[in-house]
Amino acid sequence: MGYQMNQEGFNHVLKQLSKEYLIYAPKCMKGGNTFSDVDCIRYGEVQYAEDIVFDKKSDYSFKEVLLPVSETLFYFTEGETKEADIPRKKGAIIFLRSCDLHAVKRLDDMYLQNGPADYYYNRLRENVKFVLMGCSQSYENCFCVDMGSNRSENYSLSVNKKNDMYYFDCKEEAWVELLKEYAQGELAVEPEYVTENQVHVNIPENLSIEVAKSKMWDEYDSRCIACGRCNFVCPTCTCFTMQDIFYSENGKVGERRRVQASCMVDGFTDVAGGGSYRKKNGERMRFKVLHKVYDYKKRNGYHMCVGCGRCDDVCPEYISFSNCINKLEGAMKEVLSK
Amino acid sequence: MIKNDYVPFVSEIKDVIKHTAIEYTFRMSYKGDVKPGQFFEVSIPKYGEAPISVSGIGEDYVDLTIRKVGKVTNEVFERYKGETLLLRGPYGNGFDVEEYKGKELVVMAGGTGLSPVKGIVDYFANHPEQHDGMTLIAGFKTPNDILFVEEFANWKKAMDVILTVDCAEGDTQCQIGLVTQYIPQLKLKDVKEAVAVVVGPPMMMKFSVQGLLDIGFKEENIWISQERKMCCGLGKCGHCKIGDSYVCLDGPVFNYTKGKELID
Repeated sequence: MGYQMNQEGFNHVLKQLSKEYLIYAPKCMKGGNTFSDVDCIRYGEVQYAEDIVFDKKSDYSFKEVLLPVSETLFYFTEGETKEADIPRKKGAIIFLRSCDLHAVKRLDDMYLQNGPADYYYNRLRENVKFVLMGCSQSYENCFCVDMGSNRSENYSLSVNKKNDMYYFDCKEEAWVELLKEYAQGELAVEPEYVTENQVHVNIPENLSIEVAKSKMWDEYDSRCIACGRCNFVCPTCTCFTMQDIFYSENGKVGERRRVQASCMVDGFTDVAGGGSYRKKNGERMRFKVLHKVYDYKKRNGYHMCVGCGRCDDVCPEYISFSNCINKLEGAMKEVLSK
Repeated sequence: MIKNDYVPFVSEIKDVIKHTAIEYTFRMSYKGDVKPGQFFEVSIPKYGEAPISVSGIGEDYVDLTIRKVGKVTNEVFERYKGETLLLRGPYGNGFDVEEYKGKELVVMAGGTGLSPVKGIVDYFANHPEQHDGMTLIAGFKTPNDILFVEEFANWKKAMDVILTVDCAEGDTQCQIGLVTQYIPQLKLKDVKEAVAVVVGPPMMMKFSVQGLLDIGFKEENIWISQERKMCCGLGKCGHCKIGDSYVCLDGPVFNYTKGKELID
């Protein structure tokens, strides 16, 4: 059933929910961008409806809630190890858009299905509820429709914002009474979703690893600066690197962390003794692009990329991921004609 | 309840066997199932973790042959018998000795690539009746780099052994030349049915496999083992991914029919 509510009512609902849950949503970090005097929209804890940014795409995704940028795994003290406590004691409610809700499935498959289930991911993933934020419009660089991630059903609650009113669809039994209490009216609500993006992508049917031989990757050798921002904003990138940190020079007390890593950044494949793979930035671009729209599907049966377009938004060299996908068809023709 | 796979366990160094100035075998206390070709994540707090293949398997120990080439391994070499290291594992698929039983077997190893295959060589050295003719071709840079010198004498009793070095000064007991040059000399009863295991540096593997294919080996009868950076060993960190394969989960041992598709 759906409910209509004003901001005051929504704030009461958030207040009630926050007794049991930490609430994460896209927030505006004033001046938080890498450029001066520019804001950054990224995830953080919110208390009030007005803190949630509804009218823009978030620069970073929700993934940091489940996969912290830096996460302590355990502590070393003398010869002993002690597991790090869970960073939050409560459950979590995450406000996200449809593309990101599709990304959750990818994170789950990577951390819970690919090899043994991950203890640290699982403990943050348990007791998480998702609130789907309806998209009243497509944003710049979005291509969710072509990736099939523009609609989602598996939410606990969905919210559309129109003028100063909020419209909810609730699938979580336990929250129904709470919503009824503060609703101004009951009506059928469907989460808003886009059916048309400006950007379109075409993943060729005959795509194969042969495409690695194409010349299309060469342009990225000089254009890409291997900064890795595309990976850090991507809601489906999951790689991490281990890091040991010590608090004192005597080396007796410290911790082992995992920190988000990027396959575009130098050192990602370095092995002791000097071995390294994919030294050229074009090779790294090929590795990333094919993971998102080719080999992840070979392993999992569906594409990894959800079409949020954040990689295009963030690239300091104006490299377009969707554009790159659209070059694959020509590249396949090129390699097959040889 | 999901197990925490990241917290390592303490393992005692039962013995240290020195092969060369920078390559020692650390005999680590361990009880449990391990296959040749599998690996452990070895760590020392503050220095980090490194994946190391198993070079020998015993009742209550595993041998880890380690080359001193990086941050973690430099520190490992500061540890002595009786001290401890942190381990987690074993990880990876490892070699399946069953695949090679009753067949003509060629094992080609380059440098420390001998460590992951040593379990196979040991097995057939102890059970020579289970192979139908076996050749070990082991190559090292110089005579000073040869690993497992004492074992070679033992292996020679049970199989043909070609020990070769890239270059040597003065008199040497071993042959001089790349491992690939011995491939055409292999005397096999039926090359179509013979099986081969090739492990070593990327270029050595590439040309050795090519050499074996040239004399008539079938692709599906060749196995290789890959080495990549790994931070987890559990299919999560992404560093070892090649195409749709994770070296830590699907490998490090790959049949060549799969291995040839792996483009970094």
